[in-house]
Amino acid sequence: MNDSSPILRVNNITKSFGDNTILNGVSFDLVKGEIKVLIGPSGGGKSTLLQCINCLVVPDSGDIELENEQIDFSSKQDLYSLRQRVGMIFQDFNLFDHLTALGNITIALRKVKKISKKDAEQRARVELEQVGLGDKEDLYPAQLSGGQKQRVAIARALAMDPKILMLDEPTSALDPELIGEVIAVIKALAHKGMTMVMATHQISLISGLADEILFMEQGNIVEQGPPSLLLTSGNSSKTQGFCDRLNELSEVEA
Amino acid sequence: MELSPFYQELITSLNRGLMMSIALIIPSVIGGVLIGVLAGATRTFGNPVIRKVGDTYAAIFRGTPLVVQLFILYFGLPNLGIYLSPYVAAVVGFTLCSGAYQSEYIRGALLSIKRGQYLGAQALGFTTFQAIFWIIVPQAVRRAIHGCGNEIIYLIKYSSLAFIVTCIELTGEGKTIATEYFRFTEVFTIIGLYYLALVTVAIFILKKIEQRLYVPGFGRS
Repeated sequence: MNDSSPILRVNNITKSFGDNTILNGVSFDLVKGEIKVLIGPSGGGKSTLLQCINCLVVPDSGDIELENEQIDFSSKQDLYSLRQRVGMIFQDFNLFDHLTALGNITIALRKVKKISKKDAEQRARVELEQVGLGDKEDLYPAQLSGGQKQRVAIARALAMDPKILMLDEPTSALDPELIGEVIAVIKALAHKGMTMVMATHQISLISGLADEILFMEQGNIVEQGPPSLLLTSGNSSKTQGFCDRLNELSEVEA
Repeated sequence: MELSPFYQELITSLNRGLMMSIALIIPSVIGGVLIGVLAGATRTFGNPVIRKVGDTYAAIFRGTPLVVQLFILYFGLPNLGIYLSPYVAAVVGFTLCSGAYQSEYIRGALLSIKRGQYLGAQALGFTTFQAIFWIIVPQAVRRAIHGCGNEIIYLIKYSSLAFIVTCIELTGEGKTIATEYFRFTEVFTIIGLYYLALVTVAIFILKKIEQRLYVPGFGRS
């Protein structure tokens, strides 16, 4: 059920660090319920693009429009409000180490959304239940496995009711046997219609969930299209070649 | 058993001195920690100007002897028309000196917090201040607590310098009696035991705070 007008519009974003151009005029639109997957060689700009979208890294030029409002990069209020509406999942989780699973979720609800402690805890428990960690609310990050940490991080982002969820290689830091539980959570989210932008090398997420694949290389989107088009056998796309290599790798691992 | 007049007088004086020492130590510890957190945070996160101010403060108060600082506060400031009582001069001196050392422990702890913690908070819409106050500082405090505790113990002992600006506390009271009776060994041994008791109590309280703040993954594993 896609609305026709995009919820997020990324227009001609550029970003350099010194002489090193990381993003070289990247544009794409995201409509509600859509899932876009970023793939490509490392150093291609996937992470930087995601961090530019919620202005953890402020772009040098270009526009970002969320829900038809253009973000003023120089306004802190705009940036705070943008980040509240765009959830972010990091490769290395970034859970707050001094707070329990429950505390990790409630602190943002209480401090950013100014929700009462009781309501925040209630909401947090619902989200933890959703990711299958209802019995782990009192544990600290140091007491959780990698997969559990990432699921808490997802619950934390979802509790903020984001319009869009961005995932930056959510399974890359996990041991192979823990990847499955995180993938299951992400797939469940997709089935509920969550709008997502995801950088991943996980072939099942790429071919199974993506509405559109964006192949990034040297700061540009060099190929884009639905998996049905880019991943049909015999297609000579870069995406196809890249995914073949990922497939070979995962066979070696298995 | 009746104590001899010497011991009666000594214990009465030392207990009075102990009260004064405690009255010096408690506000200086609290003020020192507060200034330490404030100066440590500005020296880590402040803009270049504020950072310079913080660095200069720490450099001066860590770089000069406490005795010199106390002399300036008590004997020097009147030249500028500022008159501090011995007690106030001592507390101000201890607080500023302790704060400078504490800021270094806090700064080290703040710098040890991984950048991801800040990114995670930012990504949820925390303002910079909220991220520092609710996420970075609570973690840094847990990392800094051992160093800060060390500085507090040290402060308990350098509080004995108050008597050189005529604020008569534990050491000052004892010295008066020792000179009067010319019995230095007994007097200073007993003063030593008083400080040992003070430090023991401080260690006990610090241990309690440490246990209270304990979170898996910080310090003790």
